Amino acid sequence: MTETSAIVILIAAILTNNILLTNFLGMCSFVACSGQIRTAVGLGTAVTFVLTMTTMINYAIYHLLLVPAGLVHLQFIVFIAVIAAFVQFVEMFVERFSPKLYFALGIFLPLITVNCAILGASLFMVIRGYNFAQAVGFGFGAGVGWALAIILMAGLRQKMNYSDIPEPFRGVPVTMIVTCVLAMAFMGFAGMVSIQ
Amino acid sequence: MLSKITVSPGPHISEPHSTRSIMGDVIIALVPAMFAAIIYFRIRAFVLIGVCVGTCVASEWLCNLIRKKPNSLDDLSAVVTGIILAFSVPPALPWWAAVIGSAFAVIIGKMVFGGLGANIFNPAMVGRAFLTASFGMLMTTWTVPVTLDTTMPEIAATGRGAITQATPLAWSKQAIKKKVDTKVVAAQLDASLIGQIGGCLGETSSIALLIGALYLVLKRTINVNIPLAVLGSAFVVAAMCHLINPNAYIPPWLHLTTGGMLIGAFFIATDPVTMPLSTRGMWLFGTGVGALIMLIRIVGEYPEGVMYAILIMNAVTPLIDRFCKLTPAGGVPNA
Repeated sequence: MTETSAIVILIAAILTNNILLTNFLGMCSFVACSGQIRTAVGLGTAVTFVLTMTTMINYAIYHLLLVPAGLVHLQFIVFIAVIAAFVQFVEMFVERFSPKLYFALGIFLPLITVNCAILGASLFMVIRGYNFAQAVGFGFGAGVGWALAIILMAGLRQKMNYSDIPEPFRGVPVTMIVTCVLAMAFMGFAGMVSIQ
Repeated sequence: MLSKITVSPGPHISEPHSTRSIMGDVIIALVPAMFAAIIYFRIRAFVLIGVCVGTCVASEWLCNLIRKKPNSLDDLSAVVTGIILAFSVPPALPWWAAVIGSAFAVIIGKMVFGGLGANIFNPAMVGRAFLTASFGMLMTTWTVPVTLDTTMPEIAATGRGAITQATPLAWSKQAIKKKVDTKVVAAQLDASLIGQIGGCLGETSSIALLIGALYLVLKRTINVNIPLAVLGSAFVVAAMCHLINPNAYIPPWLHLTTGGMLIGAFFIATDPVTMPLSTRGMWLFGTGVGALIMLIRIVGEYPEGVMYAILIMNAVTPLIDRFCKLTPAGGVPNA
Protein backbone atom coordinates (compact mmCIF):
# COMPACT_ATOMS: atom_id res chain seq x y z
CA MET A 1 0.00 0.00 0.00
CA THR A 2 2.91 2.35 0.46
CA GLU A 3 3.09 3.16 -3.24
CA THR A 4 -0.37 4.74 -3.45
CA SER A 5 0.13 8.48 -3.37
CA ALA A 6 -1.61 10.65 -0.81
CA ILE A 7 -3.46 12.55 -3.54
CA VAL A 8 -4.98 9.34 -4.91
CA ILE A 9 -6.08 8.36 -1.42
CA LEU A 10 -7.56 11.82 -0.92
CA ILE A 11 -9.68 11.57 -4.08
CA ALA A 12 -10.65 7.99 -3.30
CA ALA A 13 -11.75 8.96 0.20
CA ILE A 14 -14.01 11.67 -1.23
CA LEU A 15 -15.60 9.80 -4.14
CA THR A 16 -15.04 6.06 -4.45
CA ASN A 17 -14.66 5.24 -0.78
CA ASN A 18 -16.85 7.98 0.66
CA ILE A 19 -16.88 7.21 4.38
CA LEU A 20 -20.61 7.92 4.65
CA LEU A 21 -21.95 6.55 1.37
CA THR A 22 -19.85 3.39 1.16
CA ASN A 23 -18.95 2.61 4.78
CA PHE A 24 -22.07 4.22 6.30
CA LEU A 25 -20.12 5.71 9.17
CA GLY A 26 -21.27 8.85 10.92
CA MET A 27 -24.91 8.20 10.06
CA CYS A 28 -26.32 9.52 13.35
CA SER A 29 -25.20 13.12 13.03
CA PHE A 30 -25.74 12.88 9.27
CA VAL A 31 -29.41 12.12 9.81
CA ALA A 32 -29.84 14.44 12.77
CA CYS A 33 -28.13 17.57 11.45
CA SER A 34 -28.94 17.57 7.75
CA GLY A 35 -32.10 19.64 8.02
CA GLN A 36 -30.53 22.98 7.09
CA ILE A 37 -27.79 23.74 4.59
CA ARG A 38 -26.23 26.30 6.93
CA THR A 39 -25.77 23.88 9.82
CA ALA A 40 -24.69 21.13 7.43
CA VAL A 41 -21.89 23.35 6.14
CA GLY A 42 -20.84 24.24 9.70
CA LEU A 43 -20.84 20.66 10.89
CA GLY A 44 -19.14 19.45 7.72
CA THR A 45 -16.31 21.95 8.15
CA ALA A 46 -15.88 21.06 11.82
CA VAL A 47 -15.82 17.33 11.06
CA THR A 48 -13.28 17.83 8.27
CA PHE A 49 -10.98 19.78 10.59
CA VAL A 50 -11.27 17.34 13.49
CA LEU A 51 -10.90 14.31 11.19
CA THR A 52 -7.73 15.62 9.63
CA MET A 53 -6.16 16.60 12.95
CA THR A 54 -7.12 13.50 14.93
CA THR A 55 -5.91 11.19 12.15
CA MET A 56 -2.53 12.95 12.33
CA ILE A 57 -2.36 12.85 16.12
CA ASN A 58 -3.53 9.25 16.28
CA TYR A 59 -0.96 8.30 13.65
CA ALA A 60 1.79 9.78 15.77
CA ILE A 61 0.53 8.19 18.98
CA TYR A 62 0.02 4.80 17.37
CA HIS A 63 3.41 4.60 15.72
CA LEU A 64 5.53 6.44 18.30
CA LEU A 65 3.87 5.25 21.49
CA LEU A 66 1.59 2.23 21.15
CA VAL A 67 3.64 0.12 18.74
CA PRO A 68 7.02 0.54 20.54
CA ALA A 69 5.37 -0.09 23.91
CA GLY A 70 3.47 -3.13 22.63
CA LEU A 71 0.15 -1.65 23.64
CA VAL A 72 -1.60 -1.90 20.27
CA HIS A 73 -4.60 -3.58 21.91
CA LEU A 74 -5.33 -0.27 23.66
CA GLN A 75 -5.86 1.54 20.37
CA PHE A 76 -9.65 1.87 20.70
CA ILE A 77 -9.52 3.53 24.11
CA VAL A 78 -6.56 5.70 23.19
CA PHE A 79 -8.09 6.84 19.91
CA ILE A 80 -11.40 7.73 21.54
CA ALA A 81 -9.61 9.58 24.34
CA VAL A 82 -7.56 11.53 21.80
CA ILE A 83 -10.65 12.45 19.78
CA ALA A 84 -12.58 13.53 22.87
CA ALA A 85 -9.65 15.54 24.20
CA PHE A 86 -9.03 17.16 20.85
CA VAL A 87 -12.68 18.13 20.38
CA GLN A 88 -12.67 19.56 23.90
CA PHE A 89 -9.55 21.52 23.09
CA VAL A 90 -11.01 22.85 19.84
CA GLU A 91 -14.17 23.82 21.66
CA MET A 92 -12.24 25.80 24.29
CA PHE A 93 -10.07 27.38 21.65
CA VAL A 94 -13.01 28.45 19.49
CA GLU A 95 -14.92 29.75 22.51
CA ARG A 96 -11.95 31.82 23.64
CA PHE A 97 -10.93 33.29 20.29
CA SER A 98 -14.11 33.37 18.24
CA PRO A 99 -17.27 33.40 20.35
CA LYS A 100 -19.33 34.07 17.22
CA LEU A 101 -18.26 30.82 15.55
CA TYR A 102 -18.67 29.04 18.88
CA PHE A 103 -22.32 30.01 19.12
CA ALA A 104 -22.89 29.29 15.44
CA LEU A 105 -21.57 25.74 15.81
CA GLY A 106 -23.14 25.39 19.26
CA ILE A 107 -24.03 21.78 20.00
CA PHE A 108 -22.29 20.41 16.93
CA LEU A 109 -18.79 20.61 18.37
CA PRO A 110 -19.42 18.19 21.26
CA LEU A 111 -21.46 16.00 18.88
CA ILE A 112 -18.35 15.39 16.81
CA THR A 113 -16.83 13.34 19.64
CA VAL A 114 -19.39 10.61 19.09
CA ASN A 115 -19.22 10.72 15.30
CA CYS A 116 -18.10 7.22 14.39
CA ALA A 117 -16.64 8.41 11.07
CA ILE A 118 -13.81 10.00 13.04
CA LEU A 119 -12.91 6.88 15.01
CA GLY A 120 -13.45 4.89 11.82
CA ALA A 121 -10.92 6.96 9.90
CA SER A 122 -8.28 6.40 12.60
CA LEU A 123 -8.93 2.66 12.58
CA PHE A 124 -8.90 2.42 8.75
CA MET A 125 -5.56 4.21 8.84
CA VAL A 126 -4.15 1.47 11.06
CA ILE A 127 -5.80 -1.44 9.22
CA ARG A 128 -4.65 -0.24 5.80
CA GLY A 129 -1.12 0.50 7.02
CA TYR A 130 -0.92 4.07 5.75
CA ASN A 131 2.23 6.13 6.09
CA PHE A 132 1.96 9.66 7.47
CA ALA A 133 1.23 11.46 4.18
CA GLN A 134 -1.37 8.85 3.21
CA ALA A 135 -2.98 9.13 6.64
CA VAL A 136 -3.29 12.90 6.30
CA GLY A 137 -4.72 12.55 2.79
CA PHE A 138 -7.18 9.94 3.97
CA GLY A 139 -8.27 11.94 7.03
CA PHE A 140 -8.82 15.10 5.03
CA GLY A 141 -10.52 13.26 2.16
CA ALA A 142 -12.83 11.37 4.50
CA GLY A 143 -13.82 14.67 6.10
CA VAL A 144 -14.47 16.37 2.77
CA GLY A 145 -16.45 13.35 1.57
CA TRP A 146 -18.57 13.37 4.72
CA ALA A 147 -19.14 17.12 4.39
CA LEU A 148 -20.08 16.69 0.71
CA ALA A 149 -22.64 14.02 1.58
CA ILE A 150 -24.26 15.98 4.41
CA ILE A 151 -24.44 19.19 2.34
CA LEU A 152 -26.06 17.35 -0.57
CA MET A 153 -28.50 15.77 1.84
CA ALA A 154 -29.32 19.10 3.48
CA GLY A 155 -30.16 20.58 0.07
CA LEU A 156 -32.40 17.64 -0.75
CA ARG A 157 -34.12 17.75 2.62
CA GLN A 158 -34.85 21.45 2.31
CA LYS A 159 -36.44 20.71 -1.05
CA MET A 160 -38.45 17.88 0.48
CA ASN A 161 -39.86 20.24 3.12
CA TYR A 162 -42.37 21.33 0.51
CA SER A 163 -43.53 17.90 -0.54
CA ASP A 164 -46.41 15.77 0.62
CA ILE A 165 -44.44 12.78 1.87
CA PRO A 166 -46.59 9.91 3.19
CA GLU A 167 -46.92 10.05 6.97
CA PRO A 168 -44.87 6.90 7.82
CA PHE A 169 -41.95 8.05 5.66
CA ARG A 170 -41.53 11.59 6.99
CA GLY A 171 -38.23 12.53 8.60
CA VAL A 172 -35.72 9.75 9.15
CA PRO A 173 -37.16 7.04 6.83
CA VAL A 174 -37.16 9.22 3.72
CA THR A 175 -33.67 10.45 4.64
CA MET A 176 -32.50 6.83 4.74
CA ILE A 177 -34.11 6.17 1.35
CA VAL A 178 -32.42 9.20 -0.18
CA THR A 179 -29.11 8.10 1.34
CA CYS A 180 -29.60 4.70 -0.29
CA VAL A 181 -30.18 6.25 -3.74
CA LEU A 182 -27.20 8.60 -3.22
CA ALA A 183 -25.04 5.61 -2.30
CA MET A 184 -26.17 3.81 -5.47
CA ALA A 185 -25.35 6.93 -7.50
CA PHE A 186 -21.88 7.12 -5.97
CA MET A 187 -21.28 3.53 -7.10
CA GLY A 188 -20.68 5.12 -10.50
CA PHE A 189 -17.31 6.34 -9.25
CA ALA A 190 -16.23 2.76 -8.55
CA GLY A 191 -12.90 1.72 -9.94
CA MET A 192 -11.60 5.20 -10.77
CA VAL A 193 -9.12 5.08 -7.97
CA SER A 194 -8.93 2.28 -5.48
CA ILE A 195 -7.74 1.91 -1.96
CA GLN A 196 -8.03 -1.64 -0.64
CA MET B 1 -66.34 44.40 -16.38
CA LEU B 2 -63.80 43.87 -13.60
CA SER B 3 -65.36 40.56 -12.70
CA LYS B 4 -64.17 39.17 -16.02
CA ILE B 5 -60.54 39.81 -15.16
CA THR B 6 -58.91 37.08 -13.15
CA VAL B 7 -56.59 38.41 -10.50
CA SER B 8 -54.10 35.88 -9.23
CA PRO B 9 -50.52 35.84 -7.94
CA GLY B 10 -47.71 34.79 -10.29
CA PRO B 11 -46.38 32.75 -11.98
CA HIS B 12 -48.85 33.30 -14.80
CA ILE B 13 -48.71 30.35 -17.12
CA SER B 14 -48.83 31.58 -20.70
CA GLU B 15 -48.01 28.36 -22.50
CA PRO B 16 -50.61 25.72 -23.21
CA HIS B 17 -48.57 23.01 -21.49
CA SER B 18 -50.04 20.76 -18.86
CA THR B 19 -48.38 17.81 -17.17
CA ARG B 20 -50.47 15.53 -19.32
CA SER B 21 -49.57 17.27 -22.58
CA ILE B 22 -45.85 17.31 -21.73
CA MET B 23 -45.83 13.62 -20.86
CA GLY B 24 -47.92 12.88 -23.96
CA ASP B 25 -45.36 14.69 -26.11
CA VAL B 26 -42.53 12.71 -24.54
CA ILE B 27 -44.37 9.46 -25.31
CA ILE B 28 -44.88 10.54 -28.94
CA ALA B 29 -41.20 11.47 -29.16
CA LEU B 30 -40.21 8.03 -27.88
CA VAL B 31 -42.20 6.23 -30.59
CA PRO B 32 -39.42 6.23 -33.28
CA ALA B 33 -37.00 4.67 -30.80
CA MET B 34 -39.69 2.19 -29.89
CA PHE B 35 -39.99 1.16 -33.54
CA ALA B 36 -36.21 0.80 -33.76
CA ALA B 37 -36.23 -1.36 -30.64
CA ILE B 38 -38.95 -3.59 -32.07
CA ILE B 39 -37.11 -3.94 -35.40
CA TYR B 40 -33.83 -4.87 -33.73
CA PHE B 41 -34.95 -6.88 -30.75
CA ARG B 42 -38.38 -8.14 -31.92
CA ILE B 43 -40.46 -9.87 -29.25
CA ARG B 44 -38.14 -8.95 -26.38
CA ALA B 45 -38.85 -5.28 -26.96
CA PHE B 46 -42.62 -5.86 -26.84
CA VAL B 47 -42.37 -7.84 -23.63
CA LEU B 48 -40.05 -5.43 -21.81
CA ILE B 49 -41.89 -2.25 -22.74
CA GLY B 50 -45.23 -3.85 -21.90
CA VAL B 51 -44.06 -5.25 -18.56
CA CYS B 52 -42.34 -2.01 -17.48
CA VAL B 53 -45.24 0.27 -18.41
CA GLY B 54 -47.77 -2.12 -16.89
CA THR B 55 -45.87 -2.45 -13.59
CA CYS B 56 -45.27 1.30 -13.32
CA VAL B 57 -48.93 2.12 -13.86
CA ALA B 58 -50.05 -0.61 -11.47
CA SER B 59 -47.60 0.52 -8.77
CA GLU B 60 -48.75 4.12 -8.97
CA TRP B 61 -52.40 3.08 -8.84
CA LEU B 62 -51.70 0.87 -5.82
CA CYS B 63 -49.83 3.63 -3.94
CA ASN B 64 -52.65 6.09 -4.48
CA LEU B 65 -55.12 3.46 -3.34
CA ILE B 66 -53.18 2.82 -0.12
CA ARG B 67 -52.84 6.54 0.63
CA LYS B 68 -56.49 7.16 -0.29
CA LYS B 69 -55.33 9.86 -2.70
CA PRO B 70 -57.04 10.76 -5.97
CA ASN B 71 -55.89 8.70 -8.91
CA SER B 72 -52.91 10.35 -10.62
CA LEU B 73 -52.56 8.05 -13.64
CA ASP B 74 -54.05 10.73 -15.91
CA ASP B 75 -50.79 12.68 -15.98
CA LEU B 76 -49.16 9.80 -17.92
CA SER B 77 -45.92 10.15 -15.95
CA ALA B 78 -45.97 6.48 -14.92
CA VAL B 79 -46.15 5.48 -18.60
CA VAL B 80 -43.14 7.68 -19.42
CA THR B 81 -41.18 6.21 -16.50
CA GLY B 82 -42.02 2.71 -17.72
CA ILE B 83 -40.94 3.37 -21.30
CA ILE B 84 -37.69 5.07 -20.31
CA LEU B 85 -36.82 2.30 -17.86
CA ALA B 86 -37.55 -0.33 -20.53
CA PHE B 87 -35.37 1.59 -22.99
CA SER B 88 -32.46 1.66 -20.57
CA VAL B 89 -32.25 -2.05 -19.74
CA PRO B 90 -30.60 -4.77 -21.84
CA PRO B 91 -32.98 -6.55 -24.23
CA ALA B 92 -32.31 -9.93 -22.61
CA LEU B 93 -33.43 -8.82 -19.15
CA PRO B 94 -35.94 -11.35 -17.75
CA TRP B 95 -39.47 -10.02 -17.26
CA TRP B 96 -39.43 -10.54 -13.49
CA ALA B 97 -36.38 -8.29 -13.14
CA ALA B 98 -38.20 -5.64 -15.17
CA VAL B 99 -41.14 -5.93 -12.77
CA ILE B 100 -38.84 -5.43 -9.76
CA GLY B 101 -37.09 -2.46 -11.36
CA SER B 102 -40.32 -0.76 -12.41
CA ALA B 103 -41.96 -1.21 -9.03
CA PHE B 104 -38.85 0.16 -7.29
CA ALA B 105 -38.72 3.09 -9.71
CA VAL B 106 -42.28 4.20 -9.08
CA ILE B 107 -42.69 3.29 -5.40
CA ILE B 108 -39.27 4.24 -4.00
CA GLY B 109 -38.28 6.69 -6.71
CA LYS B 110 -41.48 8.68 -6.81
CA MET B 111 -44.44 7.78 -4.59
CA VAL B 112 -42.48 7.70 -1.33
CA PHE B 113 -41.63 11.36 -1.87
CA GLY B 114 -45.27 12.25 -2.43
CA GLY B 115 -45.81 11.54 -6.10
CA LEU B 116 -44.96 13.38 -9.28
CA GLY B 117 -43.38 16.78 -8.69
CA ALA B 118 -41.91 15.85 -5.33
CA ASN B 119 -39.46 13.19 -6.43
CA ILE B 120 -35.86 14.33 -6.12
CA PHE B 121 -34.35 11.71 -8.43
CA ASN B 122 -35.48 10.64 -11.87
CA PRO B 123 -37.65 7.58 -11.06
CA ALA B 124 -36.56 5.53 -14.09
CA MET B 125 -32.89 6.04 -13.19
CA VAL B 126 -33.55 5.05 -9.57
CA GLY B 127 -35.11 1.82 -10.84
CA ARG B 128 -32.21 1.17 -13.17
CA ALA B 129 -29.63 1.89 -10.46
CA PHE B 130 -31.40 -0.60 -8.23
CA LEU B 131 -31.39 -3.23 -10.98
CA THR B 132 -27.69 -2.63 -11.68
CA ALA B 133 -26.83 -2.94 -8.01
CA SER B 134 -28.95 -6.08 -7.59
CA PHE B 135 -28.52 -7.98 -10.87
CA GLY B 136 -25.16 -6.81 -12.22
CA MET B 137 -24.76 -9.79 -14.54
CA LEU B 138 -28.21 -9.50 -16.11
CA MET B 139 -27.78 -5.77 -16.60
CA THR B 140 -24.57 -6.19 -18.60
CA THR B 141 -25.51 -9.06 -20.91
CA TRP B 142 -26.05 -7.55 -24.34
CA THR B 143 -28.04 -9.31 -27.01
CA VAL B 144 -27.09 -8.16 -30.48
CA PRO B 145 -29.79 -6.99 -32.87
CA VAL B 146 -31.22 -9.73 -35.07
CA THR B 147 -29.76 -7.94 -38.10
CA LEU B 148 -26.17 -7.56 -36.95
CA ASP B 149 -23.13 -9.24 -38.47
CA THR B 150 -21.25 -11.13 -35.80
CA THR B 151 -17.70 -10.74 -37.07
CA MET B 152 -16.83 -8.21 -34.39
CA PRO B 153 -14.59 -9.49 -31.60
CA GLU B 154 -16.52 -10.90 -28.72
CA ILE B 155 -15.89 -9.86 -25.17
CA ALA B 156 -18.97 -10.73 -23.19
CA ALA B 157 -19.88 -14.28 -22.35
CA THR B 158 -22.16 -16.12 -24.76
CA GLY B 159 -25.26 -17.93 -23.74
CA ARG B 160 -28.75 -17.19 -22.50
CA GLY B 161 -30.21 -18.44 -25.76
CA ALA B 162 -29.16 -15.49 -27.85
CA ILE B 163 -25.99 -14.18 -29.40
CA THR B 164 -24.45 -11.67 -27.04
CA GLN B 165 -21.69 -9.25 -27.74
CA ALA B 166 -20.02 -6.35 -26.01
CA THR B 167 -21.31 -2.87 -26.67
CA PRO B 168 -19.19 -0.23 -28.43
CA LEU B 169 -18.60 1.41 -25.06
CA ALA B 170 -17.30 -1.84 -23.61
CA TRP B 171 -14.90 -2.01 -26.53
CA SER B 172 -13.89 1.58 -25.89
CA LYS B 173 -13.08 0.54 -22.32
CA GLN B 174 -10.96 -2.31 -23.68
CA ALA B 175 -9.23 0.13 -26.02
CA ILE B 176 -8.21 2.24 -23.05
CA LYS B 177 -6.72 -0.88 -21.51
CA LYS B 178 -4.93 -1.54 -24.84
CA LYS B 179 -6.74 -4.79 -25.56
CA VAL B 180 -8.62 -3.69 -28.66
CA ASP B 181 -7.69 -1.20 -31.36
CA THR B 182 -9.81 1.96 -31.39
CA LYS B 183 -10.38 1.40 -35.12
CA VAL B 184 -12.54 -1.60 -34.29
CA VAL B 185 -14.81 0.71 -32.38
CA ALA B 186 -14.59 3.61 -34.80
CA ALA B 187 -15.81 1.35 -37.60
CA GLN B 188 -19.15 1.24 -35.84
CA LEU B 189 -20.19 4.84 -36.31
CA ASP B 190 -22.68 4.08 -39.09
CA ALA B 191 -24.04 1.15 -37.16
CA SER B 192 -24.55 3.28 -34.07
CA LEU B 193 -26.42 5.90 -36.08
CA ILE B 194 -29.10 3.51 -37.26
CA GLY B 195 -28.81 1.30 -34.21
CA GLN B 196 -27.27 -1.94 -35.47
CA ILE B 197 -25.24 -2.38 -32.31
CA GLY B 198 -25.50 -4.11 -29.01
CA GLY B 199 -26.82 -1.98 -26.19
CA CYS B 200 -29.83 -1.15 -24.11
CA LEU B 201 -33.22 -1.67 -25.67
CA GLY B 202 -34.03 1.86 -26.71
CA GLU B 203 -30.69 3.61 -26.89
CA THR B 204 -29.10 1.86 -29.87
CA SER B 205 -30.59 3.90 -32.69
CA SER B 206 -29.27 7.46 -32.63
CA ILE B 207 -31.38 8.59 -35.57
CA ALA B 208 -34.65 7.40 -34.04
CA LEU B 209 -33.81 9.18 -30.80
CA LEU B 210 -32.82 12.37 -32.62
CA ILE B 211 -36.12 12.42 -34.53
CA GLY B 212 -37.95 12.24 -31.22
CA ALA B 213 -35.69 14.88 -29.69
CA LEU B 214 -36.30 17.21 -32.63
CA TYR B 215 -40.05 16.88 -32.09
CA LEU B 216 -39.67 17.78 -28.40
CA VAL B 217 -37.45 20.76 -29.15
CA LEU B 218 -39.76 22.07 -31.90
CA LYS B 219 -42.79 21.72 -29.65
CA ARG B 220 -40.81 23.43 -26.88
CA THR B 221 -41.65 20.60 -24.54
CA ILE B 222 -38.05 20.37 -23.39
CA ASN B 223 -35.62 23.17 -22.76
CA VAL B 224 -32.78 22.90 -25.23
CA ASN B 225 -30.17 24.28 -22.79
CA ILE B 226 -29.70 21.02 -20.92
CA PRO B 227 -29.14 18.69 -23.91
CA LEU B 228 -26.76 21.23 -25.45
CA ALA B 229 -24.78 21.49 -22.21
CA VAL B 230 -24.67 17.70 -21.74
CA LEU B 231 -23.60 16.89 -25.30
CA GLY B 232 -21.28 19.90 -25.53
CA SER B 233 -19.32 19.20 -22.36
CA ALA B 234 -19.14 15.47 -23.12
CA PHE B 235 -17.89 16.23 -26.64
CA VAL B 236 -15.20 18.60 -25.36
CA VAL B 237 -13.89 16.08 -22.82
CA ALA B 238 -13.97 13.22 -25.34
CA ALA B 239 -12.28 15.34 -28.01
CA MET B 240 -9.47 16.32 -25.65
CA CYS B 241 -8.82 12.68 -24.77
CA HIS B 242 -8.96 11.63 -28.42
CA LEU B 243 -6.52 14.36 -29.46
CA ILE B 244 -4.07 13.40 -26.73
CA ASN B 245 -4.08 9.70 -27.60
CA PRO B 246 -6.17 8.56 -30.60
CA ASN B 247 -5.05 4.97 -30.07
CA ALA B 248 -6.56 4.67 -26.62
CA TYR B 249 -9.63 6.91 -26.81
CA ILE B 250 -12.38 6.53 -29.38
CA PRO B 251 -13.44 9.57 -31.45
CA PRO B 252 -15.71 12.01 -29.61
CA TRP B 253 -18.68 11.68 -32.01
CA LEU B 254 -18.85 7.98 -31.16
CA HIS B 255 -19.21 8.88 -27.51
CA LEU B 256 -22.26 10.94 -28.46
CA THR B 257 -23.95 8.28 -30.60
CA THR B 258 -23.36 5.26 -28.38
CA GLY B 259 -24.75 4.21 -25.05
CA GLY B 260 -27.32 6.25 -23.23
CA MET B 261 -25.88 9.63 -24.14
CA LEU B 262 -28.69 10.81 -26.44
CA ILE B 263 -31.61 9.39 -24.50
CA GLY B 264 -30.02 10.72 -21.32
CA ALA B 265 -29.42 14.21 -22.67
CA PHE B 266 -32.81 14.68 -24.35
CA PHE B 267 -35.25 12.54 -22.41
CA ILE B 268 -33.90 11.91 -18.92
CA ALA B 269 -31.84 14.92 -17.88
CA THR B 270 -34.66 17.20 -19.08
CA ASP B 271 -37.14 15.73 -16.60
CA PRO B 272 -38.83 18.97 -15.47
CA VAL B 273 -39.14 17.80 -11.87
CA THR B 274 -35.51 17.06 -11.20
CA MET B 275 -33.75 19.78 -13.21
CA PRO B 276 -32.75 23.27 -12.03
CA LEU B 277 -35.10 26.18 -12.62
CA SER B 278 -32.82 28.95 -13.90
CA THR B 279 -31.06 29.01 -17.27
CA ARG B 280 -27.68 29.36 -15.59
CA GLY B 281 -28.57 26.45 -13.35
CA MET B 282 -29.53 24.35 -16.38
CA TRP B 283 -26.17 24.95 -18.00
CA LEU B 284 -24.38 24.05 -14.77
CA PHE B 285 -26.52 20.92 -14.44
CA GLY B 286 -26.00 19.85 -18.07
CA THR B 287 -22.28 20.49 -17.99
CA GLY B 288 -22.03 18.50 -14.80
CA VAL B 289 -23.92 15.56 -16.32
CA GLY B 290 -21.78 15.56 -19.47
CA ALA B 291 -18.51 15.83 -17.58
CA LEU B 292 -19.48 13.09 -15.11
CA ILE B 293 -20.55 10.77 -17.94
CA MET B 294 -17.16 11.15 -19.58
CA LEU B 295 -15.34 10.84 -16.26
CA ILE B 296 -17.06 7.52 -15.61
CA ARG B 297 -16.67 6.29 -19.21
CA ILE B 298 -12.96 7.12 -19.35
CA VAL B 299 -11.58 6.49 -15.86
CA GLY B 300 -14.33 4.57 -14.10
CA GLU B 301 -14.89 0.86 -13.82
CA TYR B 302 -18.19 0.94 -15.72
CA PRO B 303 -18.29 1.47 -19.49
CA GLU B 304 -21.36 3.68 -19.20
CA GLY B 305 -22.13 6.46 -16.74
CA VAL B 306 -25.27 8.26 -17.91
CA MET B 307 -27.43 6.88 -15.11
CA TYR B 308 -24.94 7.67 -12.34
CA ALA B 309 -24.20 11.13 -13.75
CA ILE B 310 -27.88 12.05 -13.86
CA LEU B 311 -28.57 10.71 -10.36
CA ILE B 312 -25.61 12.59 -8.90
CA MET B 313 -26.58 15.84 -10.61
CA ASN B 314 -30.21 15.34 -9.47
CA ALA B 315 -28.83 15.33 -5.94
CA VAL B 316 -26.92 18.54 -6.61
CA THR B 317 -29.95 20.27 -8.17
CA PRO B 318 -31.27 21.86 -4.92
CA LEU B 319 -27.83 23.38 -4.29
CA ILE B 320 -27.64 24.66 -7.89
CA ASP B 321 -31.09 26.21 -7.52
CA ARG B 322 -29.98 27.84 -4.32
CA PHE B 323 -26.92 29.45 -5.86
CA CYS B 324 -28.62 30.44 -9.12
CA LYS B 325 -31.70 32.12 -7.76
CA LEU B 326 -33.93 33.81 -10.30
CA THR B 327 -34.18 37.56 -9.92
CA PRO B 328 -37.86 38.49 -9.71
CA ALA B 329 -39.14 40.90 -12.34
CA GLY B 330 -38.56 44.40 -11.01
CA GLY B 331 -35.24 43.65 -9.42
CA VAL B 332 -33.99 42.29 -6.16
CA PRO B 333 -36.46 42.67 -3.30
CA ASN B 334 -35.26 44.46 -0.16
CA ALA B 335 -31.91 45.12 -1.75
